Amino acid sequence: MTLRLEDVSKRVGAALHLDGISLALEPGSFNVLLGRTLAGKTSLLRLMAGLDKPTGGRILEDGRDVTGVPAGRRDVAMVYQQFINYPSFTVYENIASPLRRQGLGRDEIDRRVRGTAAMLHIEGLLDRLPGQLSGGQQQRTAIARALVKGARLLLLDEPLVNLDYKLREELRAELRQLFRDTGTIVVYATTEPAEALIMGGNTAVLHEGRLIQHGPTAEVYGQPVTADCAAIFSDPPMNFLDAILSDDRLMLGDGTALPLAAHDRGLPPGPCRVGIRANHLSVVRPNDMAVAIRARVELAEISGSETFIHVGHAGVPLVAQEHGVHPHQIGETIALYVDPTRIFVFAPDGTLQAAPARVPQRRRGVA
Amino acid sequence: MDKPWNNRAWLLVLPVVAIVAFSAILPLMTVVNYSVQDIFGPGQAYWVGTEWYRKVLEDERLRDALLRQMLYSLAVLAIEIPLGVAIALCMPSGKGWRTSLTLVLLALPLLIPWNVVGTIWQIFARGDIGLGGAALQRLGLDYNYTGDPLDAWLTVLAMDVWHWTSLVALLAYAGLQAIPPAFYQAAKIDGASRWSVFRYIQLPKMRGVLIIAVLLRFMDSFMIYTEPFVLTGGGPGNATTFLSQFLTRMAVGQFDLGVAAAFSIIYFLIVLLFSYVFYTFITKVGTGDAR
Amino acid sequence: MATIELRDIAHSYRPDPRGPSDYALRRLSRSWEDGTACALLGPSGCGKTTLLNIISGLITPSEGRILFGGRDVTGLSPERRNIAQVFQFPVIYDTMTVYDNLAFPLRNRGMARPDLDRRVRRVAELLDLTGDLKRRAQRLTPDAKQKISLGRGLVREDVAAILFDEPLTVIDPHMKWQLRRKLREIHKEVRLSLIYVTHDQVEALTFADQVAVMVDGAIVQVGTPQELFEEPAHTFVGYFIGSPGMNLLPCELAEGGARVDGIPIPLPAGPRPDAGPHAGPGARYEIGIRPEFLEIDHLGRAAGNGGAAPGLVPVDVTDVAFLGTHRIVTARLGRHTVKVKLDEGRPVPGDPGLRFPPGRTKLYRDGVLVN
Repeated sequence: MTLRLEDVSKRVGAALHLDGISLALEPGSFNVLLGRTLAGKTSLLRLMAGLDKPTGGRILEDGRDVTGVPAGRRDVAMVYQQFINYPSFTVYENIASPLRRQGLGRDEIDRRVRGTAAMLHIEGLLDRLPGQLSGGQQQRTAIARALVKGARLLLLDEPLVNLDYKLREELRAELRQLFRDTGTIVVYATTEPAEALIMGGNTAVLHEGRLIQHGPTAEVYGQPVTADCAAIFSDPPMNFLDAILSDDRLMLGDGTALPLAAHDRGLPPGPCRVGIRANHLSVVRPNDMAVAIRARVELAEISGSETFIHVGHAGVPLVAQEHGVHPHQIGETIALYVDPTRIFVFAPDGTLQAAPARVPQRRRGVA
Repeated sequence: MDKPWNNRAWLLVLPVVAIVAFSAILPLMTVVNYSVQDIFGPGQAYWVGTEWYRKVLEDERLRDALLRQMLYSLAVLAIEIPLGVAIALCMPSGKGWRTSLTLVLLALPLLIPWNVVGTIWQIFARGDIGLGGAALQRLGLDYNYTGDPLDAWLTVLAMDVWHWTSLVALLAYAGLQAIPPAFYQAAKIDGASRWSVFRYIQLPKMRGVLIIAVLLRFMDSFMIYTEPFVLTGGGPGNATTFLSQFLTRMAVGQFDLGVAAAFSIIYFLIVLLFSYVFYTFITKVGTGDAR
Repeated sequence: MATIELRDIAHSYRPDPRGPSDYALRRLSRSWEDGTACALLGPSGCGKTTLLNIISGLITPSEGRILFGGRDVTGLSPERRNIAQVFQFPVIYDTMTVYDNLAFPLRNRGMARPDLDRRVRRVAELLDLTGDLKRRAQRLTPDAKQKISLGRGLVREDVAAILFDEPLTVIDPHMKWQLRRKLREIHKEVRLSLIYVTHDQVEALTFADQVAVMVDGAIVQVGTPQELFEEPAHTFVGYFIGSPGMNLLPCELAEGGARVDGIPIPLPAGPRPDAGPHAGPGARYEIGIRPEFLEIDHLGRAAGNGGAAPGLVPVDVTDVAFLGTHRIVTARLGRHTVKVKLDEGRPVPGDPGLRFPPGRTKLYRDGVLVN
């Protein structure tokens, strides 16, 4: 199935929850819907599912207009933040429930329930009730119930947010494997940039009810079309500095001059905003081109493998992410190196003007 | 919310629409019809316009009944709401036989048919054989609900409180159970007094259910009929004749259909107006919009 | 302000605990210096919340005593312990303004108005809430509400410790950074003892000077974030901390090192680990190495003239995941899977081999670090 949204809007009272969203999702694609709380992720999922009707625009499945068609008559499954299962049904009956509604035969149901349960590693829990399960097992059951239908559209609304950190990490890796090579369109809503990167596939960035960008995840991460998009897709948050661009250099607010690299040469001169991801701001000089800026240490967060150095530079808070442990005294002034080849340049209105070149990616089958 | 359209949904709603049409809308229209005509019999109806309405509004007895009714409803709210909340606060929480037992006991009065409630109290309050009435007389009180208007009033009120406070208590209890334990823990740590916990945590969190309780109790008490009819028959004199009873007497007893119809419409509008005012007022109290 | 000391604390939710499995919290003794920021880190059901509630006084432990600055507070209720707590979901008094929320604990303690006003304003400033003082607390964002919860603890003069129960659960990722920063700043400023319970390693490690890792009702290791990362005392710590966690490979001991599926892995020099007192014939050995410390290299180039390079173990790369700042390479080593963290920009060689730096390769016997 191909799902197309054409200029879809959703207005509730005076508030515009979704504003002119156009999006095409290919069969078998994995799509992350990335946005902050209240960006409109859940509203959009509800429209895709047919739980709500858009106030403007059309929704097409394989070219067929399904705009007013309710969820019950669409081929869709959904998983929510909360672990939603039938409390009085066993895990087996929970997973079987959508199949019973389809009126499948007993053997067919049994085969599919056991198959799906095995995929989610809950085959040993089929006789239990949801109340006897841990959070992770409950959510596995809910995911199994959504998967067993074999719906052509599967929507997941921050499904891991209520789980423990480590459990989230494991389930995430499993889900990524699970959704490969099925013909299903998967839409996975999350607030976390790291989750979008791990899940891969495509990412659609939603901000204040608008779709800012949609494309392959690595591409959206590497070339965010606006500063907002870059900020949403960075964790730790992206650092922004005001600068003036001229023919041969970038002049930062404090007078530091950055030489131009291949990617930001030839841009129209004038004011701009420089975006630097935390891992490209370093206490170690990465190469000969790198330029130091002076910054006052406000806090060093040491996570064991990494240090997040929070600094103030000309009144702007910045974060630098370093490998290893780097203890720093609060109030100490240090030099942080900016690598001109790794910076983003945004126009004053936030539009991306130049992004650093990306390292070519190889995903699977590297041998 | 703007939900997707499903025509099959109409099939499910249809029976309700039909029942409401037959049981509410049609009778209401008939009443409207009666209230603007003088009807002597089939085919003998004359248009009288607003005459019945004028007559109703000028009627002393009706104004008295309305005043009595409002006083009664206010008294019911003033007693049952605080009492219900107080009971809810004292109820055991959590799972266990104590909670179940309390809930069953509280639900009992709600399960008794209204006319039976009237009969129970009629006997209970009798001065000669009634447990309550006789006990009061033994205490040396000159209690006689069939003769003394004040005693009649208090008895009707007591009956209503006995019958309906449970409902308020159950609603308030449900509201209290929904408060996460963290709020109580935080209040403890903040050194809050019992009163502060009630005032700043429990009361605000119970707002939603209390609105429902107030509305239900107001509308119900405003339309009370069966219990006082059984207990006092509206007497002594007209002391406990409330609006609905007055209306019935007018329509059935005196066969004043036109006046009674006009009165019904006015009655209906009053209930509607009060409920609306209550609702808009109460939903804003405590949200800061009223300030 | 006070040292917090736990003496032989244990807790069971059952009235008559028999075996150790009946205990939600197994016997432990521990003390935290005044002014430390410490975190209790562990999965759900590990006993961390039970321990926190024992410290706050919401639970009286079945066994043992708890002392604040030498004073036995075991039987005292939370309000008499001089602690404050921030809960998972923001607890605010809906009907009050931000100012009244902050003033509430002081009013309850009967503080005079000028003092109260001064303290409330100071705390509001510390938390960047000055502009919101007159607003109704109910209308604020979750992160502002959490700041108010914290502020109600900070206004009090008598607070010995502030306890946090997964306080960032409902906060968006980008706001988490700001709130964590704020928390650390405040800790530097007021030097209170802070105890922070979480399942989130990033929160625990970045927040605390001392992290206690808990599992199955027991603390398995206490240390600085660096110690926990570099020297996990237990395989659980290795697995639980780090993302992805430590690679743990079952192995056999051999002369000068270990063998994983017959492949030799060098270990740091020292006495033979199977000579120790706990080493029985049935002991289970594992080597552990963090994905950050594994080095990936060209087998051929390092080998020079044909043969396999010394110390390089040939592997099959099965997956490379791009994670923005780095990549995670998944490779097969014998029958086992290993993960390697690779910096952005570093290529994956066509003929990959893994190097296990001896200083970074740990040996575990029955789950416990051998050293």
